[in-house]
Amino acid sequence: MDVAAALDRLAPRLSPTATEAVNARRLSGGASLETWAFDLDDGTPLILRRRPDGAAMRETALSLASEAALIRAAEQAGAPTPRVVRVCAPRDGLGEAYVMRRLEGETLGRRIVRDQAFAGVRPGLARRCGEVLARIHAVPTAGLPDLATSDARGELARYEEIYHQLGAQRPILEAAFRWLESIAPPPPERPVLVHGDFRNGNLMIHPTGGLVGVLDWELAHLGDPAEDLGWICVNSWRFGEWRKPVGGFGDYADLLAGHGGEISLDRVRFWQALGSLKWGVMCLMMYSSFATGQDRSIERAMIGRRTSEAEIDLVALMEAPMGMLS
Amino acid sequence: MISHPTAAELAEAVAAFDAEAVLPGDARQAFLARVADNARATLAREAEQGATLEAEAVDRLSALLGAVGDFAMLNARLCEALREGALDPLDPALLAHLRATAIGQIAIDQPSYGGLAALRDGGNGG
Repeated sequence: MDVAAALDRLAPRLSPTATEAVNARRLSGGASLETWAFDLDDGTPLILRRRPDGAAMRETALSLASEAALIRAAEQAGAPTPRVVRVCAPRDGLGEAYVMRRLEGETLGRRIVRDQAFAGVRPGLARRCGEVLARIHAVPTAGLPDLATSDARGELARYEEIYHQLGAQRPILEAAFRWLESIAPPPPERPVLVHGDFRNGNLMIHPTGGLVGVLDWELAHLGDPAEDLGWICVNSWRFGEWRKPVGGFGDYADLLAGHGGEISLDRVRFWQALGSLKWGVMCLMMYSSFATGQDRSIERAMIGRRTSEAEIDLVALMEAPMGMLS
Repeated sequence: MISHPTAAELAEAVAAFDAEAVLPGDARQAFLARVADNARATLAREAEQGATLEAEAVDRLSALLGAVGDFAMLNARLCEALREGALDPLDPALLAHLRATAIGQIAIDQPSYGGLAALRDGGNGG
């Protein structure tokens, strides 16, 4: 498939003043989805998301048309998102794909939490994340594409099943499953739209504009709003700035206040701990593709050794469980 | 013994990467070269600290479970006790063992990880 040539042919349908696409280049990224950056000759900066030819969809992942519909719904609700320009049709010759505006900013957590360029926006970022999540969580669910619904107990059971299938003997993960099961909150009365992967890496941060785009809606589902608030507090995405629980740049109080103040810290900390547990299981899962020979890269081997990062975070959380949900 | 991956698997993956042809300017390969460097450093730390850590873990597990055996057997028995609910996940003696286990393994896998300082600080950043 010649993606650049297909984008060239598509250019006039992406902007009335464009005749061709230029500078098409594939960005590094996932194996399940390709991301391409390109420009139109009228200067419009764009991104193409497409499923590679023959790639199987992950069982839990959304179709790209659904992803695009969610981005549009979130934009309507006032959340910052890249504007979707076109959901591709078969005649576009790009397979399952959509095109969106390319935003200016940084997604690399290491830079966002440390670089001087972001020092001005960091103090307000945790509150802003809370505000943006509140808008996402307020999206009317009636008009959305079909989404899976999950809750705390269901997620625990799902990840414990995966963990058992992997055949690892990790007492910290075993203890964390039992502990979290004993304090799991009931499902929310009204499940909301949950982004599902709201963390450094998927947030476009501009040096003066702050959070300008929430990216990667592939794991969106219906569930507990505290799930998104807890996920961005997982230590693995603080990039060394562990004293700042919200993404390595802010405090719990600002995140909670930005969201509206109706969600308790204990509920967020539960989902943060479940987030660390899920991350630990994901590291084992990614390692297993090395073990089975599916992907023998050094990267897949080494990611297994990041399980211990989730484990040390879980021990810290188990040592200081506070009045969790009691 | 540390598994998922074992030191032998890690060494094998490093050797496979080193055997690949060098592609100058290839971003993916440059990234993998940094991962391979990290893997070599991890292997060096494990060669130095792994045996001591395992011996200490066996001592702790024997005391905790009141049993004798090698690391794999005792560790599997601990996992089983947790799974079956025979041990409270917040039991202080258990937590002391898990804490020592976590600190020992992160010292090999990723000694600069912020979670180590956070655990020693007792707060995990609040």
